[in-house]
Amino acid sequence: MSACRSRSERAGRAALIGFSVLVFAFLVLPILAVIPLSLNPTTFLVFPEGEFSLRWYRTLAESPQWTHAFGNSLKIAVATTLIATPLGTLAAIGLAYMRSRAKTVIVALITAPLVVPVVVVAIAFYFLFAPLGLVNGSLGLIIAHSALAVPFVVIVVHAALRGLDTELLRAAASLGAPPLTILTRVLVPLIAPGVAAGAVFAFMTSFDETTVALFIAGPEQRTLPIQMFEGVREQISPAIAAAATLLIVASTLLLGAAELLRRRGEGRGGSATPDIGA
Amino acid sequence: MPGSRAKLPELRRWWRFALVAPLLLFLLASFVAPVLMMLSRAVIDRDLERVWPDSAVALRQWDGEGLPPEALARTVAREIRTARQEGTLNQVANRLNYDMVGSRSLLYATADRLHAGAPANGIADLARIDPRWERPEIWAAMRHADGPLTSHYLLAALDRRLDADDRIVNVPAEQAVFTNIYLRTFKISAIVALLCIALGYPVAYLLASLPERKANPLLILILLPFWTSALVRTAAWAVFLQTNGVVNNALQAVGLIDAPLQLIYNRLGVYIAMTHVLLPFFILPLYGVMKGIPPTAMRAASSLGAPPVRAFLSVYLPQTLPGVAAGAIIVFTLALGYYVTPALVGGGADQMISASIAFYTNQSLNWGMAAALSLLLLLPLLLMIFAGRTMVRTVPA
Repeated sequence: MSACRSRSERAGRAALIGFSVLVFAFLVLPILAVIPLSLNPTTFLVFPEGEFSLRWYRTLAESPQWTHAFGNSLKIAVATTLIATPLGTLAAIGLAYMRSRAKTVIVALITAPLVVPVVVVAIAFYFLFAPLGLVNGSLGLIIAHSALAVPFVVIVVHAALRGLDTELLRAAASLGAPPLTILTRVLVPLIAPGVAAGAVFAFMTSFDETTVALFIAGPEQRTLPIQMFEGVREQISPAIAAAATLLIVASTLLLGAAELLRRRGEGRGGSATPDIGA
Repeated sequence: MPGSRAKLPELRRWWRFALVAPLLLFLLASFVAPVLMMLSRAVIDRDLERVWPDSAVALRQWDGEGLPPEALARTVAREIRTARQEGTLNQVANRLNYDMVGSRSLLYATADRLHAGAPANGIADLARIDPRWERPEIWAAMRHADGPLTSHYLLAALDRRLDADDRIVNVPAEQAVFTNIYLRTFKISAIVALLCIALGYPVAYLLASLPERKANPLLILILLPFWTSALVRTAAWAVFLQTNGVVNNALQAVGLIDAPLQLIYNRLGVYIAMTHVLLPFFILPLYGVMKGIPPTAMRAASSLGAPPVRAFLSVYLPQTLPGVAAGAIIVFTLALGYYVTPALVGGGADQMISASIAFYTNQSLNWGMAAALSLLLLLPLLLMIFAGRTMVRTVPA
């Protein structure tokens, strides 16, 4: 598609670019425009005129509800990461050895939490945990989030394994290292960027997860997404814009870093960054 | 990935499975088992059997014609009294009320009278307490609930029920809500998928036609929303689309409208926010497919004299269709299960089936109903995914 020859072709190209610019604006502007809204000193959801203020950020920082929710989300997301990352990494290494038939079945099972609607997952956990008394406790939420996060770890680490420089493994083998030593001392350090990227995805999956939390978290386990969901539902204030801004900045930094790690791990470009629907 | 296996150091076979086993066990226990157990509630029906064990046995032995034998009526009366004393009557009362409205009050009133010493030697005695005991409906409701399996919840999720003669009939029009909600769920998901195709195809095409040096920065514009959680993006739209929000103010400022438009808490808000949330899921896989299409075929077509539009339609477009199908299926299936976005930017008439599932789980506590609705959401979805897999297999690597 290099040389545009005719005038109609150039016009078509211009229309394509113009349309795409509009779609890019639709995708990005709502996210970016939240930022100035959150800096607005008034109680209205308008763009600040001349004067910027951190008032709504102070409101968040001073609100026990928001800080408590932030602490809960952090705690649950860290625990989820600690469970999902080792489980997913080991499984990804094992999968890399497997042949097609067994692998297809296992991959289908591992990715099932991504396919089943979150609301179905949420009530399944609710029905399971309610009789066990785990509803209204962090443990249930951590287990549920780990199941939702683990596919991302497997996908990312598995991709990192495919981009591996196998000369190093062969070198270790030719120097007489037993397979297990090669795995732990050579392979795992080599895929470390992929594992780190997987860990970030696991963390963000839990940190951003809304639906399951709405069902099985009690008032004590209120997470940041629950706080935000109810804020939007009950009373939209610029504080919501401030919280949204913080979450946008956090996820962009973390997932941007994970994407860089992932690309370094795979040694090539690509675009399949996982995310989870709501 | 042929060859990737050969590159890794040799590992004993059982070690390979040992590496995967912890995750498989974890997922079986924490995901597969809970989902299957939940879905089984759609057909398992043990509420009556648990509280009235003898009546359940007797009900299963009864042929179901007309009124039951007197012995069965006596067993039921005895177990109504026991259940009242043990405080378990409400479990049966709730279950029977799903089948026959008014069963709950009938059971409670009867239990009170029996407790006060009213005789209970047969149907005639019960009918003196309440004439409804002489009608077949309450007995049919009990028979439908005698377990261990039931079709009640699945039929109810399709706006159907069993009548006293075990024929499948439509529920009264004012109770028939689920067919509408399922149709609405499918319609919203399909329209969102079409919007994603319309908005996403040109963008993916543009990205794929650019050299990577130019495409990569633009890709960030798609990854940025992809990375931001659906809740945050929905919240952003909820902020913008308010009556006195940014969008309305801007439209009024440039004079396009006089009075604020209702952009939120209606179907429009749902379409806008869901398309925004799901569009990257369409663009990214399609971009991957388009990148894999060699430009030589298009060049050959135009060197053979095909005008650009013709070359695009007959050479390029068909090669991208698997990618379009894959992306659209991803969007459609994700949309089917959406809960948070419609809850925040939709009105009461825009709620999808997940809202009904949530209602029966949290508010009405009718878990059988929640499970049946989930099952009927999951089945078409699995079919779609299976169809999608088959189609995607034809995607060029």
